[in-house]
Amino acid sequence: MLDAAAIANDTSFMLSRIQFAANISFHILFPTINIALCWILLFFKVRYNQTQDESWLRVYRFWVRIFALTFAIGVVSGITMSFQFGTNWPGYMETVGNIAGPLLGYEVLTAFFLEASFLSIMLFGMDRVSNRVHTLATVLVSFGTTLSAFWILSLDSWMQTPAGFEMIDGVAHVTSWIEVIFNPSMPYRLMHMLLASGLTSAFLIAGISAYRLLKGDNKKSVKQALNFAVVLAALLIPLQIFVGDLHGLNTFKHQPAKVAAMEGVWETDSGVPLLLFALPNEEKRENSFEVKVPNVASLILTHDAYGEIQGLNDFIGEHPPVAPVFFSFRIMIGIGVLMLLFSWYASYQFVVKKQYPTWLLKTGIAMTFSGWLATLAGWYVTEIGRQPYLVSGILRTKDAVTTTPPEDIALSLTLYAVIYGFLLIAYIRTLFVMANRAVALEQATPTVNTENPDNNLIANEQLGAKL
Amino acid sequence: MNITSPDWLPVVFIGLMGLSFLIYAILDGYDLGVGVLLPLDNQQHRDSMIYSIGPFWDANETWLVMAIGLLLIAFPKAHSIIFQALYLPTAVMLAGLILRGVSFDFRTKAPSTDKQKWDYAFKFGSLLATLAQGYMLGRYITSFEDSWLSIGFSSLSAICVTAGYSFIGAAWLVMKAEGDLQKRAAKWAQKTNILMAVGIVAVCLANLLIDQQIMDKWLGGIQVLIVIPITLLLGFIFVTVHLYLNKVPMENDIGCWFPFLAAIILFIMCFFGLAYSFYPYIVPFKMTIFDAASARESLWFIFVGAVIVLPMIIGYTIFSYKVFWGKTTKLNY
Repeated sequence: MLDAAAIANDTSFMLSRIQFAANISFHILFPTINIALCWILLFFKVRYNQTQDESWLRVYRFWVRIFALTFAIGVVSGITMSFQFGTNWPGYMETVGNIAGPLLGYEVLTAFFLEASFLSIMLFGMDRVSNRVHTLATVLVSFGTTLSAFWILSLDSWMQTPAGFEMIDGVAHVTSWIEVIFNPSMPYRLMHMLLASGLTSAFLIAGISAYRLLKGDNKKSVKQALNFAVVLAALLIPLQIFVGDLHGLNTFKHQPAKVAAMEGVWETDSGVPLLLFALPNEEKRENSFEVKVPNVASLILTHDAYGEIQGLNDFIGEHPPVAPVFFSFRIMIGIGVLMLLFSWYASYQFVVKKQYPTWLLKTGIAMTFSGWLATLAGWYVTEIGRQPYLVSGILRTKDAVTTTPPEDIALSLTLYAVIYGFLLIAYIRTLFVMANRAVALEQATPTVNTENPDNNLIANEQLGAKL
Repeated sequence: MNITSPDWLPVVFIGLMGLSFLIYAILDGYDLGVGVLLPLDNQQHRDSMIYSIGPFWDANETWLVMAIGLLLIAFPKAHSIIFQALYLPTAVMLAGLILRGVSFDFRTKAPSTDKQKWDYAFKFGSLLATLAQGYMLGRYITSFEDSWLSIGFSSLSAICVTAGYSFIGAAWLVMKAEGDLQKRAAKWAQKTNILMAVGIVAVCLANLLIDQQIMDKWLGGIQVLIVIPITLLLGFIFVTVHLYLNKVPMENDIGCWFPFLAAIILFIMCFFGLAYSFYPYIVPFKMTIFDAASARESLWFIFVGAVIVLPMIIGYTIFSYKVFWGKTTKLNY
């Protein structure tokens, strides 16, 4: 009987982990776009205010509708997250609720209501309030989304590098809120995520604009958006590499086991090579098929070619599963390199030479969602890299899990998986439907009715009927 | 268990949490109700109905996050017990809320051939969410007992809550809509008004019969005297709303806000009825708010923030309602 209970508990644990991973992976896609997209929309709006150039308004109006759709999916998938703590991870709030609770509370109080209330004015209020108030609403929504990122990244970072608390009878109590909020990894993680959001939005805008251009949409607004996006990406990517490096050094200092997994280092050593590729084998505790560059890992992490890096064997039973962390890290870096190459070369071609080669546009389309992949890979590094702990050194993930029977969790997991899979397809499809509609509209009617989406629809259908 | 604890923070937080649930039930109540009522036979009516809630639903739903957040922050032990007990209905409710939340946006942005499908998804999602919420309320009231009686009562509660939300949704439309849709909404409001009245009576009686403690609380002493005026007031509201709805639209649309106001009063009364029945328990008859409360310093930290921010939230919520005041028009980006 005991064995059966233990197996049920293990199954609940695995299913709860998969469910949380599925929920958070799906959810993060949408805020990742919107945190930056909102500021970008503000930029479009301000450019229009300054220049009175109609094409800036056109860019704004196209992207604000995508923003609205993205926001809605972000909100509803975020609500799901707020229930997961109680339903699947009761031990989390029971142990660190005194810290997690107020941080989440401040996110709701200071960010969620601000975003939600001014969003409607930003979206539908253009002809109901003055231009100034409308711009202000856009500022407040942008500020709200960034504030929301601030609080949730503060909490996430606290789980990685807890500070400013003491344990009394197995429950965390705060000793300093400043130390809790601005815990050691928080500034790095926040900057890294904000830049990731900027890059994700930039590549989304570049990809969709390149698609429109390839479909023969020769309006000024399309090239305007495309140029803006590649230049933004070209500016952000070196910053991101710099901040990412600082973040890595911070992790090396506070979470050496995570870095050992990222680098695939088993034995503590000095002069550690950088592994471009390898297959980590956790059973034999070694790598096969290593492709390495001597001393570079030591050089990056200690700024000394013969610096020492602690190996995974120093953390047996206390380190994360190696392969997922190792590969996720390489996927993130690989995409980062591609982003650098593309954005710099495309900026040169599009902006300096004013040429739009087809192959480059197609590359841009292929990279539309590259920000999503890099962001997810990065989060897998940081969150899987925290295992086996839920809160580093304080609470093991296994000890926080629910007693809900595994059948129930399997059912809810299936429900979420089906809905999320369906929504992801619908979202991506809708982005391209909206792009096609914009192309058709601008060809069909010289005086564009961006005021009224339903007229666009009619214009599009009439065009479809003609063709 | 220490009910006489002088610590007032848990009391403040149960008040804030209760207020959030009440505001949620009223605000998201009407937009969920509008979703449930969405007619399958009239595209124009569907459009107008969705325009009427478009600017508000998102902020309305944030009150749920706020209420659940306060439960999580202030009473984490209760949060764990409640949501493990309500595991599956919670998942169903969330699935419903997700479906309806995204349908708002997809319906105008997806290919136009899919618009109707997204409208159905919107209606279905709203229905799923309201039924699940009612069911969860029923399970809560019956202390999550694993009995057919509890499941039966919870099913009844699912229908009643859906009727209540539909009523406030229809009342919202009577206020915000014009012409045919307004008349149609008045008919819906009349039907759901009766359903809600029957529901309230049924739930009250069932609740009294199921639980001796609740029976004692209401009928076990001098407080029985207040039950009579409450019952009369409820009856008065139901009847006047019914009569008013017969005459919609009145000349110059006088009093179009009346059914909505009446719905709010009914919601407030139901809320206080529930609150009186269970206070100071947060998990009915098992755990009080004082047993479940977080550490004092954590409650204090969030309390300071709430005192500063809540008036601002209320301020810009009112501003947002003022911007979209009056009869509904088309929503343009």
